[in-house]
Amino acid sequence: MTATLFLVQALNGLQFGLILFLIAAGLTLVFGVMDFINLAHGVQYMVGAYLAAAFTAWTGNFGLALLLALPSALAFGLLLEVLIFRHLYDRDHLDQVLATFGVILFLNQGVKFVWGAAPLNVPVPEILSGSIEIADGLLYPVYRLAIIAAGLAVAALLYGLVSHTRVGMLVRAGASNAPMVAALGVNIKRLFMIVFGFGAMLAGFAGAMVAPILSVEPGMGDNILILAFVVIVIGGIGSIRGAFLAAILVGLVDTVGRSFAPNLLRLVLDPANASQTGRAIAPMLIYIFMAAILFFRPAGLFPAKR
Amino acid sequence: MSPIAETRPVAITGQRRRVEWLPVILFGAFVLAPVFAAFSGAEGYVLSLLTRVMIFGIAAMSLDLILGYGALVSFGHAAFLGIGGYAVGILAAHGVEDALVQVPVALAASALFGLVTGAISLRTKGVYFIMITLAFGQMLYFLATSLASYGGDDGMTLAARSLVAGLPLLKGDFALYWVCFVCLLGTYVLARSIVASRFGRVLRGSRENATRMEAIGFHPFRYQLVAYMISGMMAGLAGCLLANQAEFISPAFMTWQRSGELIFMVVLGGLGSLHGAVLGAAAFLLLEEFLPEILHMLGFMLSTDMQARLVENWKMVFGPLLILIVLFARGGIMGMLGGRHE
Amino acid sequence: MNPTMKSLGLTAALSLAAVPALAQEKLKVGLLLTLSGPSAVLGQQARDGFQLAVKEMGGKLGGRDVEVIVVDDELKPDVAVTKVKGLIERDKVDFVVGPIFSNVAVAVHKPIVDAQTFYISVNAGPSNLAGKSCNPYFFATSYQNDQNHEVLGKVAQDRGYKKVYLLAPNYQAGKDALAGFKRHYKGEIVEESYVPLNNLDFQSELAKIASMKPDAIFTFMPGGMGVNLVKQYRAAGLADRIPFLSAFTVDESTLPAQQDAAIGMLGGSNWAPNLDTPQNKKFVTAYEAAYNSVPGSYSMHAYDAAQMIDTALKATGGKMDNKDAVRAALKKADFKSLRGDFKIGANGFPVQDFYLVKAAKRPDGKFQTEIVEKVFDDYVDAYAKECAATN
Repeated sequence: MTATLFLVQALNGLQFGLILFLIAAGLTLVFGVMDFINLAHGVQYMVGAYLAAAFTAWTGNFGLALLLALPSALAFGLLLEVLIFRHLYDRDHLDQVLATFGVILFLNQGVKFVWGAAPLNVPVPEILSGSIEIADGLLYPVYRLAIIAAGLAVAALLYGLVSHTRVGMLVRAGASNAPMVAALGVNIKRLFMIVFGFGAMLAGFAGAMVAPILSVEPGMGDNILILAFVVIVIGGIGSIRGAFLAAILVGLVDTVGRSFAPNLLRLVLDPANASQTGRAIAPMLIYIFMAAILFFRPAGLFPAKR
Repeated sequence: MSPIAETRPVAITGQRRRVEWLPVILFGAFVLAPVFAAFSGAEGYVLSLLTRVMIFGIAAMSLDLILGYGALVSFGHAAFLGIGGYAVGILAAHGVEDALVQVPVALAASALFGLVTGAISLRTKGVYFIMITLAFGQMLYFLATSLASYGGDDGMTLAARSLVAGLPLLKGDFALYWVCFVCLLGTYVLARSIVASRFGRVLRGSRENATRMEAIGFHPFRYQLVAYMISGMMAGLAGCLLANQAEFISPAFMTWQRSGELIFMVVLGGLGSLHGAVLGAAAFLLLEEFLPEILHMLGFMLSTDMQARLVENWKMVFGPLLILIVLFARGGIMGMLGGRHE
Repeated sequence: MNPTMKSLGLTAALSLAAVPALAQEKLKVGLLLTLSGPSAVLGQQARDGFQLAVKEMGGKLGGRDVEVIVVDDELKPDVAVTKVKGLIERDKVDFVVGPIFSNVAVAVHKPIVDAQTFYISVNAGPSNLAGKSCNPYFFATSYQNDQNHEVLGKVAQDRGYKKVYLLAPNYQAGKDALAGFKRHYKGEIVEESYVPLNNLDFQSELAKIASMKPDAIFTFMPGGMGVNLVKQYRAAGLADRIPFLSAFTVDESTLPAQQDAAIGMLGGSNWAPNLDTPQNKKFVTAYEAAYNSVPGSYSMHAYDAAQMIDTALKATGGKMDNKDAVRAALKKADFKSLRGDFKIGANGFPVQDFYLVKAAKRPDGKFQTEIVEKVFDDYVDAYAKECAATN
């Protein structure tokens, strides 16, 4: 039983990690290429979820809603870029943090203004609503597998884009030395827009994908934003490869650690103490993990050369 | 001692002379406020609001000491607020109600936490430093939520404010106000003298160019670590005061959002002037308190229903306000006043 | 109805000038509720319930014109302390009604009762306020926090469940919830599982539940966590195999997002929208017409709080100066509660009936909880005896 349970937990960790990756990918690119700290990345995830919910309610079809939500999320990201973020690129990090925090406040309240404070419902699409039995009595929802598949597909696509296309090459070059890329005559403004829009769309995609399994509510992006930052810092800023690895690691540490930490502690402590300590430690695990990584690798696992 | 470090940078002194009236006005306002509070008819409320402003002023100023002068963006600074608060709360729960014990314990605990986390965090730079301080802040936050005997997540009400040498000196709102004022003034003077000292110049030098400081014989790491500990102790003191002001402690004192708010106060006020951070704290807290009402007054021509909607969504105004401040008022409030002297 | 806000206060505090002693005869009630952040919907329900009552009584409570001052506590206890001081000293409110969350309730308790202002909770009922720290100025129209959990514990015991799996967020209220469940449940607890607060994903717990095959699960997952858990529990195919007992997880604030996924899931409550009393029918219809959503117990408690103030002031002839007389009248609770049978106990908490409720879809397509059976009659909370009642 423990082995199958472990397998299920690993699948859960993978799925959580892939969602984190979709958000962290945009964040790390924007940060790496444009040297821009975008706290508002989390609300773009939220906006994606709300768009999916709104379009599902309108069309009655989740797949159609997803198709509509993606370009909308992209357009929304570009709108923010043109209106606000563009004017912040040459500012220092703290100005960026302050201004993008303002965007968070506005949008968290804004979705409440438009859609109300109560969480919204997005039904799981009919064809993906069942679950399959992976072991005796252990069911795994098909929709979760769909998320895993979609996440892996996007990761592969991103890998291809970044390492085998001209834009990807510029992005990689930008991550290691942006002024040099600009000096070589590349339209850096357009590159920034592409990167930013793409990042916003990925975050929106993640939000839309989780809408059927998570509660769509104001502020849903705030905690995931912090986790996404944890991921990109562990992975090394600007590195897609690092973000992918770190996202999976964080997903696994959180999910597997949470369910097995008390069991492990039981080996050294008596059961009551073990469950008490395990309970205190479980939410800290990710942060302990990050602190440990940064202790040994102060610039993350795959630092982009500066 | 290197002769370079002994030289006073002329430009800085000259510029600072020009804005010296600002802290005088600021502290003068804090001195005069209670007099007016007595006439306002809502004395306790006004005092409690201003006391909060001063407490967060201390916390924001402590952050400015390392952020404005050392470029160390600590995203876990609220942890020190929590340490100060819990030192008061936990000791009081065990019958130690005297501030003369509580405050030293809080300062020692803050210094120790600063030493351990600072020694690890300072190995990293830039955003990595931001995130690792966040990590330590979060660990402490979750630790506090698991302290079931001290209220866990709900927090804990203090039976009474701390005693001073066995006497209930902090009982009245005025007394607490003046204690906070003295603490604010004291930490301000201390921080100013630290900044002006050789130590402060090394700290600033390390911010500009750590390699050069090393080349002329300083270890930036040690200076930064000591500055981080001092800053943490000041924030720990603010935590003691906050616990006494609210007569309540809770893990909510040390969420990452709270750490973020401290950074915003510093940036809002303007980096690297110390009193700018106090101004920032005042602006942030007073806006949070009064923006709903300002909106209510501005919306007088709207129907009551629309007015209520506007007031309820005050954060939709607060957010853009922050963006506008960043876009059009470089250097925060101090920048607007033309007093950014670094 | 006029949802007047505290416009005077700004001028007062900014200029630090005296508040003009305007409209002395108006009764002032401060509503301290969580109106921003993910939990705002609970605060909105309570606010709407209170204002519906005031509106129905012609903008008067106890014959006096009433000014309702709504304040957002932002779910930050220390912010709430300052705001409540503002309500008491600046706005000079006669009653503080609220809050939703226990941590806020504990934080503002001292400043309110120290100022000898009446404090009526419309949801939070932390154990110390019911027990050791009970106070003659504190009342609740809701329940003690443990009671809804106790309902499910009793049900699990009575139905003869042998093995139960417990699941709660890792914070004080979560631990209290499981303690409350265990007060009446004596069978085996196969696992006490805690997830981080604001946990999004329950797959690992669901996998454990599926492998352990308990007779039932009991959980306390308020707000968005409850939405996630219910949807995921249904998606994992567990809903039809293992009974889902919960408190504050499936209610009118979360049902609009859970919808079909929640149907048939069981909860404990002191009331449900379909409770068959004439006042309640009228209330639910009026609430739905005014706010276009199904009321939850939060709005019912707030509505009752307004009625409680109303009758108390009628008894004292609208006067607030004799606090003992006001208190005696509040304690008498001489009004028709929406939940029918209702008294105020020695510690200021209600003595009332509790029901097992079930989520259901109404013919009009909306979702609500409906009463299955009465579990406790005139139930007194477990902490009342610790209260050295001055009440």
